[in-house]
Amino acid sequence: MTSVLSRPSTKNRIGSGLVDPRAVVKKSQHGQRIPRQVQRLLGPVLLVALWQVLSTTGAFDQRTVPPPTRVVRAAYQLIADGSLLDHMSTSLLRVGYGLVFGIVLGLGLALITGLSRLGENIFDANMEVLNAIPNFALVPLLIVWFGISEVPKILLITLAVAVSIYINTFSAIRSVDAGLVEAARSFGAGRTEMIYRVIIPGSLPGFLIGLRLALTASWLALIFAETINAKKGLGRMMTDAREYFQVDVVFVLIAVYAALGLFSILIVRFLEGRLLTWRRAYDGD
Amino acid sequence: MTVTDTVTETVVVARELRKVFGDNVVIDGLNLEIRAGEFVALLGRSGSGKSTFLRALGALDGDVEGTLRVPERRAIVFQDPRLLPWQRVLTNVTVGLPATSAVRKQALDALAEVSLADKAKVWPRTLSGGEAQRVALARALVREPELLLLDEPFGALDALTRIRMHGLLQDLCRRHTPAVLLVTHDVDEAILLADRVVVLTAGAISLDVEVEVPKPRRRESAEFAALRRWLLTELGVIDGLQI
Repeated sequence: MTSVLSRPSTKNRIGSGLVDPRAVVKKSQHGQRIPRQVQRLLGPVLLVALWQVLSTTGAFDQRTVPPPTRVVRAAYQLIADGSLLDHMSTSLLRVGYGLVFGIVLGLGLALITGLSRLGENIFDANMEVLNAIPNFALVPLLIVWFGISEVPKILLITLAVAVSIYINTFSAIRSVDAGLVEAARSFGAGRTEMIYRVIIPGSLPGFLIGLRLALTASWLALIFAETINAKKGLGRMMTDAREYFQVDVVFVLIAVYAALGLFSILIVRFLEGRLLTWRRAYDGD
Repeated sequence: MTVTDTVTETVVVARELRKVFGDNVVIDGLNLEIRAGEFVALLGRSGSGKSTFLRALGALDGDVEGTLRVPERRAIVFQDPRLLPWQRVLTNVTVGLPATSAVRKQALDALAEVSLADKAKVWPRTLSGGEAQRVALARALVREPELLLLDEPFGALDALTRIRMHGLLQDLCRRHTPAVLLVTHDVDEAILLADRVVVLTAGAISLDVEVEVPKPRRRESAEFAALRRWLLTELGVIDGLQI
């Protein structure tokens, strides 16, 4: 047949513009020598550099936008005289209490509502409403009830944390694979075994998402809480800095909030790595 | 008690079973008995009620009318392995059993029987589809069931793995001699494995036939082909002329 006869020879084909696929792959991997984590810092570093240039050349008003070097100097002074650590430890203590109480409360409620219809009927709608209320709106009420002591501050953080934990854990419990529950039951797992072997591990990923959101929410609630006549704390420092127009201190405090927020995310990532090892093999592909 | 007594003992009795979903009668006057150690394959088209029947036997669905008796020691293998991804393979096998060293030993033996002794400590998600289904078999066998319910257990496996699983299942049944009800829509699989094939049509048994194809059964044999043709006709897949 003519089609067979007119087919070009193998030698011809190699010559006519074919490429080695490995060469293509190698080219695209050139930029991989620097670790990914370091590469990701490019954006922030460029931003700070640009800020420094614009401040020193006078494009920014130095009184409202101090250059990074001055912010660093202010940070050094605040650390050296101990005031930053003093205020920060007060704030950390508030967040710590709020987290402990909030996690216990949110987790307890989620287990009750997740495992029983009656519990769901009693608590779930209330928690949904509480979730819909902006945290800050509760401040006046908390002051009226508990004065301006530590109680309303910690309570505000507790509520924010509890709601995040509750919402995510409850929905995680209810979305545990029904097929697994059915199978475990058919193999004779009783209620206790079902809870600790199926329900709790199955809802752990959802709880950890809740925890991540709760940590973010706790720092936000802290800022609101420390508007309640706080004698100490990062919020107090912020108020003072605003009063005395210390813009560099404001920048330091914003950086501190950012660092604390990032640190919280690292904690949750660490917990996820430890508690969800069974998922790692799966996430790997 | 003599050996013949145990052989003829009936372990499943279903009389005039009826199950209704809304206006839809799924099981309608189903009668079936299974003897101890007997391997029964249940064939049926989609929606014939075969999975509903298996769920009733496995005590997964309670609201079935009629007489129904099954042994207390039962185990199910589902179409998907349904292993708990957050429990190691070994703990998946022992789920629902007391946490004793004897049970642990039995579970390890069961895993060895399905050639997965070395996977006892791994997470289920690292297993292949065939391996996961073998763990599900081990989980069922470690209970030494009198009745083993298989709900299209090989349906999701590739063809080569399925052939290997058929061999494994035959081995295991020879050793443990449970009564087996295999729900499948694969006619070849039914003839290959079962002592008796039952066809479910519109919620009732429409055909109940002993498989007399001599073992080892080969698809090429005339008896195999004849039974295959008969069952397919009963299932309404082909008419007599079309082979």
